[in-house]
Amino acid sequence: MIEVTDLTLGIHGTPILRDVSFDIRPGEVFGVVGESGSGKSLTALSLMQLLPEGAQTSGRAIFDDIDLLTQSERRMCALRGAEIGMIFQEPMTALNPVQTIGDQVAETLLVHGKAGRAEATQIAAERLARVGLPPEKVPLSRYPHELSGGQRQRVAIAMAIALRPRLLIADEPTTALDVTTQAQILALLKGLVTDEGMSLMLITHDLAVVAGMADRIVVMQAGQIVESGPTARVFQALSHPYTRQLFAASDHQPQRQPHVTDDPHLQMQGAVRDYHLPRRSLFGKAPTFRAVNDVTFTLRRGESLGLVGESGSGKSTLARAVLGLEPLQAGRILLDGAPVRAGDPRMQVVFQDPYGSFNPRHRVARLVAEPFHTMGHPHDADARIAEALTDVGLTPSDADKYIHEFSGGQRQRIAIARALITRPELIVLDEAVSALDVSVRANVLDLLADLQARYGLSYLFITHDLQVVRAITDRVLVMQAGRIVEEGPTERVLSAPEHPYTRDLIAAAPAIPAEWRNHA
Amino acid sequence: MLRYATLRFLSLTLSLIVASVVIFAVIEVIPGDPAAFMLGMNASPDTVAALRADLGLEGSVPARYLAWVGGMLTGDFGTSYTYRVPVADLVAERLKVSLPLAAYALALSTLIAMPVGILAAARRGRATDYGIMGATQLGIAVPNFWFAMLLVLVFAINLPWFSAGGFPGWEAGLWPGLKALTLPAIALALPQASILARVLRSALIETLEQDYIRTARAKGLSRGQALRGHALRNALIPVLTILGLQFSFLLAGAIIIENVFFLPGLGRLIFQGITQRDLVVVESVTMLLVFAVIAVTFLVDLAYAAADPRLRRRR
Amino acid sequence: MRLPVQLILGGVLAGLFLALALISLVWTPHDVVALSIADRLQAPSARFLLGTDHLGRDILSMIMVGARTSLAVALVAVGIGIVVGVPLGLLAAATRGSLLDEVVMRGNDLVFAFPSLVIAILITAVFGPSAVNAIIAIGIFNIPVFARVTRGAALSLWTLDYILAARVAGKGRARISVEHILPNILNLLIVQGTIQFSLGILAEAALSYVGLGAQPPTPSWGRMLAEAQTMIYTNPWLPVLPGLAIVLTVLGLNLMGDGLRDLLDPRLRRVRA
Repeated sequence: MIEVTDLTLGIHGTPILRDVSFDIRPGEVFGVVGESGSGKSLTALSLMQLLPEGAQTSGRAIFDDIDLLTQSERRMCALRGAEIGMIFQEPMTALNPVQTIGDQVAETLLVHGKAGRAEATQIAAERLARVGLPPEKVPLSRYPHELSGGQRQRVAIAMAIALRPRLLIADEPTTALDVTTQAQILALLKGLVTDEGMSLMLITHDLAVVAGMADRIVVMQAGQIVESGPTARVFQALSHPYTRQLFAASDHQPQRQPHVTDDPHLQMQGAVRDYHLPRRSLFGKAPTFRAVNDVTFTLRRGESLGLVGESGSGKSTLARAVLGLEPLQAGRILLDGAPVRAGDPRMQVVFQDPYGSFNPRHRVARLVAEPFHTMGHPHDADARIAEALTDVGLTPSDADKYIHEFSGGQRQRIAIARALITRPELIVLDEAVSALDVSVRANVLDLLADLQARYGLSYLFITHDLQVVRAITDRVLVMQAGRIVEEGPTERVLSAPEHPYTRDLIAAAPAIPAEWRNHA
Repeated sequence: MLRYATLRFLSLTLSLIVASVVIFAVIEVIPGDPAAFMLGMNASPDTVAALRADLGLEGSVPARYLAWVGGMLTGDFGTSYTYRVPVADLVAERLKVSLPLAAYALALSTLIAMPVGILAAARRGRATDYGIMGATQLGIAVPNFWFAMLLVLVFAINLPWFSAGGFPGWEAGLWPGLKALTLPAIALALPQASILARVLRSALIETLEQDYIRTARAKGLSRGQALRGHALRNALIPVLTILGLQFSFLLAGAIIIENVFFLPGLGRLIFQGITQRDLVVVESVTMLLVFAVIAVTFLVDLAYAAADPRLRRRR
Repeated sequence: MRLPVQLILGGVLAGLFLALALISLVWTPHDVVALSIADRLQAPSARFLLGTDHLGRDILSMIMVGARTSLAVALVAVGIGIVVGVPLGLLAAATRGSLLDEVVMRGNDLVFAFPSLVIAILITAVFGPSAVNAIIAIGIFNIPVFARVTRGAALSLWTLDYILAARVAGKGRARISVEHILPNILNLLIVQGTIQFSLGILAEAALSYVGLGAQPPTPSWGRMLAEAQTMIYTNPWLPVLPGLAIVLTVLGLNLMGDGLRDLLDPRLRRVRA
């Protein structure tokens, strides 16, 4: 149905894509896999001719019998939305905040002149119902900010399929969503392919997602296709080294030698954290939201404890409370038997965002030395900065650089160096590997395992990702709506979950079929 | 929506009360004895005492403040010492010039800025955009009263199309009145239009880079359709803020421009008040100006909520 | 690093008038206070490069001293805005949602309701006109501008992880504000400062034009225009030069502001990095 031959793309002279060739057949799910910067999104935008300014394409992309790359803008406008639909990664920003969802879906029909206003509204209601937003539950008059991320992504899908296009391009459609929502959206997309007979081009970084969805896949690296074929064959053969590396990294298990003691290191006892919500009436009492609800657990010295939950479960609030940054309304948190406080050199943290974690105006030496604040700069500060940088696989000379000179993975290593500088006993890792590409993530997990063994550290590992929990934790807590619903050894919880929510989480997590993993 | 409006109303009412205290304090408390101040050094104690009684300055400060505020709430702005007429009458007379002038200028400024700003954003990075940006850069730098003089020079002195100043009064008819206000309104509007056009352009360019514009384009909207259908309404939200702020500049500008064109508006009244030390006039007119700014702020806040559904429920 | 064209052009224009103002401190071609009826309303000549006004004063000298008045008033007013407004904005952001934040923000609303001109009118009505009035009036209006810009920028920084990391290190809000927030909003403040500087020059000109600013015999551009206006029929060129001086200075500062924004905007820099 669509045949791309030798697609080459440059932006302002910088080569982005080279000789990309593939074809998508009617009614199939076609997966495009690659890490960030591999060019997978720009491939899709080339087909839509929605490239940034300064883009130059060559090659052919034959859709039916026309070449998408040479169509006039006017002709492309007629094709977009009608013949080819597209949805994007970020549902929170993909919808116009000042227009109702009904109008936004109806617009697809109106702009192509396929329906009058009344009829368009009627069809919009039907399509929204088809994607799981029936008007009796979610009226057409809702604005995007009144919907959850998953609901917004459903609206985006309804807009894209309003005219029953023959090809739907989905660019990382579930990356920003929770795992249970992801499973629902993927099921919806699969159902649409079956029911409507359309083709789906599914772009993702997640091998497990394509494994469960795609009929055929291509693997992209640095603007080129390195491997392609039916999904099962690609996974079983792994003929290209990059595919093999990607595959190995996707469920990488670092070598760990845990030395868990019985000594309680961090104890949370009946912790409660309430937030005030905006007042509903002018003089009424402000309602409160209980983000952390009566949480009790113990982290033993040398242990790696996972805390897993979806967004809004309260896990980040809990992390900040452990760090002494959130006042509690009830209960207490003890480190070595004494209440936790911010600035305690025995406890450090690594955050998720490798880009927002550092003051861009300071050099690495100053960034890494920040935790010295409460204990005073030791006389051998420079030596300890060099040591910490060496510990995380960087060099002492990196201390003089600024943070923008480093990649995402290197920044996360610097964040770990900052956490090591006070020679702490406990490190809180708040989604510390979530923003990293799989191969980088595998390296950072190895580093964390190594550091734990070397320094006898305790880890509190907060994440939404069961894969990470499996890789690096001894025991796991499952958090839902502010409460711990299940607790136990990681192996046991993942293989035989007891709480229904844990079961849902595990069932929803996409996985590469076991029979494809034999050679790993 | 109602909750938001009520909260803003209460907050701005508070601002208004504090503003009235500030003005009252500056005019009536800081000079010590306003009556002696108004009459100057050579006044005899008897005349000062008479004026003091005349102005109602006998009571305590809080009582006088309450009397002043209470008077204004019922339309009694006091009596001008120099004109010997109620300030309310003077203000009403002068507003017939100042208000149409400000409105005329606001309308002109918006009418010029909207198409120009949209055009510049749509032609971003091309010659049209650079031309518009250069022209507006110049427009911002020109002081409105100087621009007014140049307009007089060209269109009243060299070309006798307009009169160089004065106001025939609305009794002379709508057209002569509008004609007399046209040059002043242009002088006021052009610098404000330049600012507004630039704000609109950058707001539009910023919204055009948002994800939902890409979504709209993926639905099949052309660049122009996406700009008109999605970017414009979102860009209007920051533009509204500027429009609200501009009102106070227009008001201040109008006061100055009235001097260039010898228009009998609030501006002339207040400057005469200052030179003649007529504190009653200064006090009431400044309070009125501050009230106007706060009232417009409130209207802008409401328009803001109407334009942005996210505000209606939140806060 | 390549400097934006606007920055260079703006810098040259603003620099020219700054130089004129500085030179006027030690030397002017003629005495601006001395009147000479014999030399009144001269056309430009070798002796009077830009001609003379109705009292025989040298226009070039008046423009030089006028530059001094304008720049000084606007600069001090920006200083007031920064010195008071920035700490208020930092404080409000650091205590977001608290009573203090609310008071600062409502205080801002209040001051915004007083245009500079109204403040100047109030002060003049009671204390009489002077350049100091102009400084106070413009300066007070600058305070909420800087407070608001600072607070807005600081609030978005407070959500970043590096602030959280600093709090984990045990640093207090004041220290974080100075060490992490202020340096990262400095760019924005420099750009805003340039804008307020140019607005200050316009405001000073307007105030002295209506007689609420610097008083005779101190020359100021606004009053030169007011005096020129009375002779507009007989000497139509008289208002041109002081007006051009204002336009070029303001234009120069605005161009500098735009150029600085291009140079310092973190978003643009991220693209380049």
